[in-house]
Amino acid sequence: MKKGIFAVCVFLMGSSALLGQKYFTKDGKVSFYSDAPMEKIEAHNTKAASVIDAENGQMEFAVLIKAFQFEKALMQEHFNENYMESSTYPKASFKGKIEDPGKLKLNENGTYETNVTGDLTIHGVTKSVTTPATFTVQDGQVVGKAMFTILIEDYGVKIPSVVKDKIAKEVKIDIESQYLPMDAKS
Amino acid sequence: MWRIQVVLLLAFSAVSDAYGQDTDLLSLLGNDDVTEYATAAFKTNRVINLHSLESTAGGVLDFKINHRFGFINGGPYEFFGLDNAMMRLGFDYGITDQLTVGIGRSSFQKSFDGFLKYKILRQSTGKKVMPVTLAVLASSSLNSVKWADPTRDNYFSSRLFYTYQLIVGRKFSDRLSLQLSPTLVHRNLVATRAEKNDVYALGAAGRIKLTNRLAINAEYIYVLPDQLGPDYHNSLSVGVDIETGGHVFQLHFTNSTSMIEKGFITETVGQWEKGGIHFGFNVSRVFTIVDRTKHR
Repeated sequence: MKKGIFAVCVFLMGSSALLGQKYFTKDGKVSFYSDAPMEKIEAHNTKAASVIDAENGQMEFAVLIKAFQFEKALMQEHFNENYMESSTYPKASFKGKIEDPGKLKLNENGTYETNVTGDLTIHGVTKSVTTPATFTVQDGQVVGKAMFTILIEDYGVKIPSVVKDKIAKEVKIDIESQYLPMDAKS
Repeated sequence: MWRIQVVLLLAFSAVSDAYGQDTDLLSLLGNDDVTEYATAAFKTNRVINLHSLESTAGGVLDFKINHRFGFINGGPYEFFGLDNAMMRLGFDYGITDQLTVGIGRSSFQKSFDGFLKYKILRQSTGKKVMPVTLAVLASSSLNSVKWADPTRDNYFSSRLFYTYQLIVGRKFSDRLSLQLSPTLVHRNLVATRAEKNDVYALGAAGRIKLTNRLAINAEYIYVLPDQLGPDYHNSLSVGVDIETGGHVFQLHFTNSTSMIEKGFITETVGQWEKGGIHFGFNVSRVFTIVDRTKHR
């Protein structure tokens, strides 16, 4: 009898692992653009980590603030030191859900337009965000793309009036990551 | 017995299900530790006179405009020193994030100077843990003032001075950074037999960051005894760093007149207790020469 229950247990665990196919990336690209009258700023991060659970549509995203690369070293220093305070808030993260995960078949080739809603945490401040997102599936590889804008002041980042013409109030965030099935991880 | 097991099983699966909902999906990726380097221990690559443990970033040109006004004890007649000014103009360039070169010209002693600075170790946490930053500095200078006595045998080498310095420091917190700078100054020619050609000194410096754009700096250079003439004193400087976008303004009080290593370490004549203090400033303006995103 005990053996039977044990077998059932193993079967349940195995099947749930199969159902909950997960996709991941460790080198997702996150860029942001600030287009102010006096200065255009862009920075790129190619080390974003993300996992999608295809079963329930849950997804998470995290980037190290210090890994954002700027054209100018001083901008990068100011970004970390004066604005994002990255030693206090080292990461920005997103935890959310893909709308209608049933329609999204990550194991079939195709392009899926959907919405992603969740909590975006930047500079220690969490705000709810909804953004359209596109998932393109090609032979087991999933490319997720999203673009949205945020207001800097929503996240408690103060811009002194001296530089208000150099830093936009609204920053465009561009995300592109290539996911692989979790099993491929080794 | 059987029932208990079923209940347990159900309970277990319920728990595991709930757990499955709550876990960080990202934790499935494992803990990829990255090395995080400490940055911006000082706002610029100088504390006041001393080199700080920071370097000029790779591909960046830092234009330095430094002034030291006259001694404050010149009184109202000299407008407390403001009637006179010594100046140094300089360019520092970051060849890489680790290697900086610089040149300068000082009005004081009509000096030319140049330096090489290399960051050997970088303070870091995470995958690679390094408690301190270590840099090495080699600078030389040339005094181009006309010979005091043109009738005697004068050698070009007598105009040259060399400084070798280790800079070891740590950013203890966002607010506090401290460093030590053991130094050797070599002077080819000294005035008297009692003065040493090789002078050993130990510099100590620190900064306390008050706000994101304002910091207090201080530095003191202890010259080991019996190396200099009696008129020379240890250098002590205190000041503030004010950062505005692309500029760093450093305003300070110092008893040193010279702005190059051999000068402020071995030729400081001002005495704080007697008002032998200069008001001065360093302005640092950086220009990005090489786009970092392409640089890497």
